[in-house]
Amino acid sequence: MRDLLNLLLFDYTVRTVALGCAVLGAVSGVLGCFAVLRRQSLFGDALAHAALPGVCLGFVFAGGKSPAWLLVGAAVSGWLGALAVLGVVRGSRLKEDAALGIVLTTFFGVGIVLLTRIQNTGNASQSGLNSFLFGQAAVLLQRDVLIMAGAGATVLALVALFYKEFKLLAFDPAYGSTLGVPMGLLGVLLTGLITVAVVIGLQSVGVILMAAMLIAPASAARQWTDRLAVMIGLAALLGAVSGVAGAALSSLDARVPTGPLIVLLATAIVLFSLAFAPRRGLLWVGLQRRRENRKLAAAAVHGPGFNKAPGEPDYADHLGALGGVHRPTDRDAAPNAPIKERP
Amino acid sequence: MRRANDNGQHRASGAPPLEVRDLTVAYHTKPVLWDVDLVVPAGALCAIVGPNGAGKSTLLKATMGLTPKAAGWAHFFGEEYGSVRDRVGYVPQRTSVDWDFPTNVLDVVTMGLYGRIGWVRRPGKRDRQAALEALDKVGMADYATRQISQLSGGQQQRVFLARSLVQEADLYLMDEPFAGVDATTERAIIGLLSELRSAGKTVVAVHHDLSTVDDYFDWVALLNLRLVAAGPVEEVFTHDNLHVTYGGRITFLDSSVAPGLSDGEQVAAIPRSEGS
Repeated sequence: MRDLLNLLLFDYTVRTVALGCAVLGAVSGVLGCFAVLRRQSLFGDALAHAALPGVCLGFVFAGGKSPAWLLVGAAVSGWLGALAVLGVVRGSRLKEDAALGIVLTTFFGVGIVLLTRIQNTGNASQSGLNSFLFGQAAVLLQRDVLIMAGAGATVLALVALFYKEFKLLAFDPAYGSTLGVPMGLLGVLLTGLITVAVVIGLQSVGVILMAAMLIAPASAARQWTDRLAVMIGLAALLGAVSGVAGAALSSLDARVPTGPLIVLLATAIVLFSLAFAPRRGLLWVGLQRRRENRKLAAAAVHGPGFNKAPGEPDYADHLGALGGVHRPTDRDAAPNAPIKERP
Repeated sequence: MRRANDNGQHRASGAPPLEVRDLTVAYHTKPVLWDVDLVVPAGALCAIVGPNGAGKSTLLKATMGLTPKAAGWAHFFGEEYGSVRDRVGYVPQRTSVDWDFPTNVLDVVTMGLYGRIGWVRRPGKRDRQAALEALDKVGMADYATRQISQLSGGQQQRVFLARSLVQEADLYLMDEPFAGVDATTERAIIGLLSELRSAGKTVVAVHHDLSTVDDYFDWVALLNLRLVAAGPVEEVFTHDNLHVTYGGRITFLDSSVAPGLSDGEQVAAIPRSEGS
């Protein structure tokens, strides 16, 4: 433990990498909250995969591994991928999951083809380009980290500025647009910010696992709180902690890749949160259910004849006569849905 | 972002709160609304009634541009929706959102003010006060700090109503406000409707329970792809019109069961036994 701390504080390389990974974890944690709440988790996945051809084209244009070109390429093609998903959903009858799958695989396929071609050109400077697949945090330089921090700070500032509008976008976009708040534009902006978050993470986590950094901290944070602002802060913290811990641990053993380790740590936090968070955790819910069942069993067994269940409305007996089971969610969800006629 | 508008000026013009002309909406190539003409006069409590898939919700959404129109137009108070949206409050179906969203009741109601609060600024004390007052009107003041995932269906509905009330609109478009709500909520909504009417507001609500149309509303629009009829309930809510609207998939109660209605104006049973 002490060695780890020493490394983090005093080893230049480890410190740089850890800082970079902290920025990446915090930024993607914040934006992941909106992606998860809008049920667009896989949107980030498609976007990240779609960044690969951009990285390769950036390399071809720049004639070498110029970080700026690679990242600009990644952002542009990730963005195009996102637009392609929206285009397919709007312009065809395919549903969103199919559109995501098609765009993700197509862009990634193109990226792999380009990557393979570049690798076979014999251009010496291409070595390491394939690290964008799974990331290679160890190559992060202080300059990279500064760029990441700058971009990350801009992203976070915009989220703070448009917090109220993004919340509306995530909760009820149709209603939001009746208020005159430009939901379409805000959606585009949010997608842009997610693109930046993905690009920030490409070097250290890579295109394949990047989606986990959007989904995992946000999902874990949701388990512990019922307030959006707290969820966002917590997701940033959990993302940053995964980043730093992953960077530090992988620095102990060169055979352990940083990116995947960060992702595994973030996932471990999710599992822990799913199991043990109060109120929403599996353990809590299970105990609660057992307690309720005991109570219900006690109430149902005692007392003769038909017992009104606790909280049950008076029409329960009518439903019984119809042979129906009272499942309020069905009718609630589709109050107009036809009730099937019984023969 | 926008200032509260000058209601008096618009009223004087006498234009109806909602006027729809030649409205046609299609999903892909299938029309869901065909050439609908509808005028809702000021102060009316108007029910939009029709079978499943008749285009009732679509009609509301299309007037506000939430669903693209294939043809036709809708004017509010004689103007384009975009320039009078402050005067129109929308209450979507409560099942249209995820109630597991991490927020509380007061926050959701405050969202009704986001358009007025404008960019960057946060809701202030006055905004929260307005939201609390709206919650009080629907009997939900005690639930202000309640997490929204803990609400019953009826409470969710009242939260949505309160969210539109803070807008202080003159016309309210409500999508199935009575759907699947408990008796308390039903009473609260009825009280709210009559309060809105006495305040001179206009309400257009999608409604599916034919047996309560003449109790809750004074104006009705019968819709099934086309507009079958629209007007005062006592004139329009007739056996013949309902028959056309529901295409015979409806059974009628004898008028003796529903006293107070003259011949030919019978109350229809809920046509849920069949459907599209």
